Amino acid sequence: MNIVVCVKQVPDTATERKLRSDDNTIDRSANGVINELCEYAVEDALKLKEAHGGEVTVLTMGPDQATDAIRKALAMGADKAVHLSDEALHGSDALSTSYALSQALKKIGFDVVILGSESTDARTGMLAAMLAERLGVPQLTLASKIEVSGSEISIHRQTDYGYDKVEATLPAVVSVVEKPDPFKPRYPSFKGIMAAKKKPIEKIGISDAEIDPAQIGLSAAWSVVADFTPAPPRGKGVVVNDEGDGGTKAAEFLVSKKFI
Amino acid sequence: MAEILVLVEQVDGEIKKVTLELLTLARSLGEPSAVWAGPGYTDTAKARLSEYGAEKIYVADSADIADYLVAPKAELLASLVGSRSPAAVLIASTTEGKEVAGRLAIKTDSGVITDAVGVAEGFVAEQPVFGGGVIVHSKVSRGTPIIALRPNSTQPVAAAGAGAEEKVDVALSDAARGARVVERVKEKTSSRPELTEAAIVVSGGRGVGADFSIIEQLADSLGAAVGASRAVTDSGWYPHEFQVGQTGKTVAPQLYIAAGISGAIQHRAGMQTAKTIVVINKDAQAPIWEIADFGVVGDLHKVLPQLIDEITKRK
Ligand SMILES: Cc1cc2nc3c(=O)[nH]c(=O)nc-3n(C[C@H](O)[C@H](O)[C@H](O)COP(=O)(O)OP(=O)(O)OC[C@H]3O[C@@H](n4cnc5c(N)ncnc54)[C@H](O)[C@@H]3O)c2cc1C
Ligand SMILES: Cc1cc2nc3c(=O)[nH]c(=O)nc-3n(C[C@H](O)[C@H](O)[C@H](O)COP(=O)(O)OP(=O)(O)OC[C@H]3O[C@@H](n4cnc5c(N)ncnc54)[C@H](O)[C@@H]3O)c2cc1C
Repeated sequence: MNIVVCVKQVPDTATERKLRSDDNTIDRSANGVINELCEYAVEDALKLKEAHGGEVTVLTMGPDQATDAIRKALAMGADKAVHLSDEALHGSDALSTSYALSQALKKIGFDVVILGSESTDARTGMLAAMLAERLGVPQLTLASKIEVSGSEISIHRQTDYGYDKVEATLPAVVSVVEKPDPFKPRYPSFKGIMAAKKKPIEKIGISDAEIDPAQIGLSAAWSVVADFTPAPPRGKGVVVNDEGDGGTKAAEFLVSKKFI
Repeated sequence: MAEILVLVEQVDGEIKKVTLELLTLARSLGEPSAVWAGPGYTDTAKARLSEYGAEKIYVADSADIADYLVAPKAELLASLVGSRSPAAVLIASTTEGKEVAGRLAIKTDSGVITDAVGVAEGFVAEQPVFGGGVIVHSKVSRGTPIIALRPNSTQPVAAAGAGAEEKVDVALSDAARGARVVERVKEKTSSRPELTEAAIVVSGGRGVGADFSIIEQLADSLGAAVGASRAVTDSGWYPHEFQVGQTGKTVAPQLYIAAGISGAIQHRAGMQTAKTIVVINKDAQAPIWEIADFGVVGDLHKVLPQLIDEITKRK
């Protein structure tokens, strides 16, 4: 099975994240890490490979420093990577990003494409659905469980009330949610980290993937950020120590705010 | 006035509160038309949508729309955008709503904005980003603005609309029938409101321990939804769909009660735009205090039972 995992490098959420004042895009000079839900996507890809054979290819669109995220995925056990990197891609919105990634996916070829269900920086949660739309293949998103049998694939899609069982025929685009143990992403072993250094990372630009420059980057964006400001700080709150009446005090506060 | 399409969020024919919020907002931007997608349309639904200002209701109630994932809804909306040329499309910024919005954007060659909490004149959307730390104003510059709005961002206000019904037949493409929903498994049997929609959320963290009943009791006394930190869902004390935070749900309720939660940045990313935040924590130094409007430093196992008693007494 030919499995492609889309992995995004995002600014570490433990550091202060900023937008750039020159063009209102995200400041990617900050400490970059692999988007956490993408680690789950890599884990699920490796599990599929273990069960059905084949190959796991990592696909990343992003600046040069995004190779860190790629190395992490390779160290976990992915076989090879394609890094789509081009100045012209800077400032792409979700429409452009899905277009660029879909062009790269057509070039790579796939039976299954796996994504995280959301990134921690932009958090639009649209990419998987948009890729399915662009590629004209079934969308199997928000998966907490994936099963493949021959050319059939089925998932449990996480919902507010439990889950939906959804089925489709390959090829398909899948996105995955966070899961508890024992489904957590594996840690790269020392051997894995050493092996990752020798695994091939193919760097491609927009012309290699036949990406139309008129559909990408800031100038093509379908939406623009007009301005941004830091959120106003919250006012200082009232804190009481529990002296046997903490619950009563809390109730009084809720009454004063008309919640009860 | 310009027509604004509002995609109705409903489960088994029951309209979600966020739809009433979207209709209220749409009235300030133009003339709202509700779009009903899937089976379950009834006179009660019609009455409710009209009550909140729907001038028109497009009804596409074929079972196919619900039997296949997401794509049919985008196809339905795209055909309405093509034939009615609305000024904008408003969709709930839920996981599914955003997926519909994304596919619709591609089909109609339009820009899309997610997680908006407001839309001003000229369809300028307000978006809190980076866990609520930065407020962005953005605007669609190509096509029909498609804006996904977070539940709880507008106070729903009734104002009658004509509610003129129009049946819509969609001939779904093969591509829209790619992913079949073969079973809906309802694990949750409680009557609690949904986490992302609830006006009040009561969340518990590691400090609660494995027995979450105290959190559920407090939630029930307030008609609230239950939430949890990742320490809790990771331990298997409560299911993952209740996790609030960076890799869980984003909530923006009127009231968020955090009990036994330290307030790690990844948890705050999912809740700090709540209007009022109440904290119960025995550690006065925990980072959660930075965003508390009111709090009790103490043992939640003592404070919460008393709080529940007080609430029950006052009812
Ligand atoms: C604060 C902020 C808000 C934004 N809001 C909007 C908006 O409202 N509308 C809009 O059109 N654009 C928006 N953008 C632009 C958006 O960040 C980019 O288009 C982005 O590439 C796609 O969105 P995402 O990260 O939200 O993807 P999501 O759909 O949240 O990510 C899901 C998955 O897609 C995959 N993926 C995403 N990006 C890449 C990549 N570059 N390479 C490989 N895999 C990837 C990963 O598997 C990831 O887990 C915003 C950007 C920022 C910084
Ligand atoms: C990439 C990444 C993504 C993450 N995503 C999320 C996410 O989506 N959501 C999320 O929640 N976390 C997330 N986390 C985890 C986050 O960093 C914290 O570890 C987590 O939120 C801690 O949960 P907690 O506050 O319940 O536990 P702890 O940090 O252990 O805090 C427990 C608190 O309970 C208090 N307490 C203990 N006993 C009592 C008592 N009897 N009475 C009163 N107070 C008591 C303690 O003083 C303490 O403040 C993520 C982490 C990473 C690295």
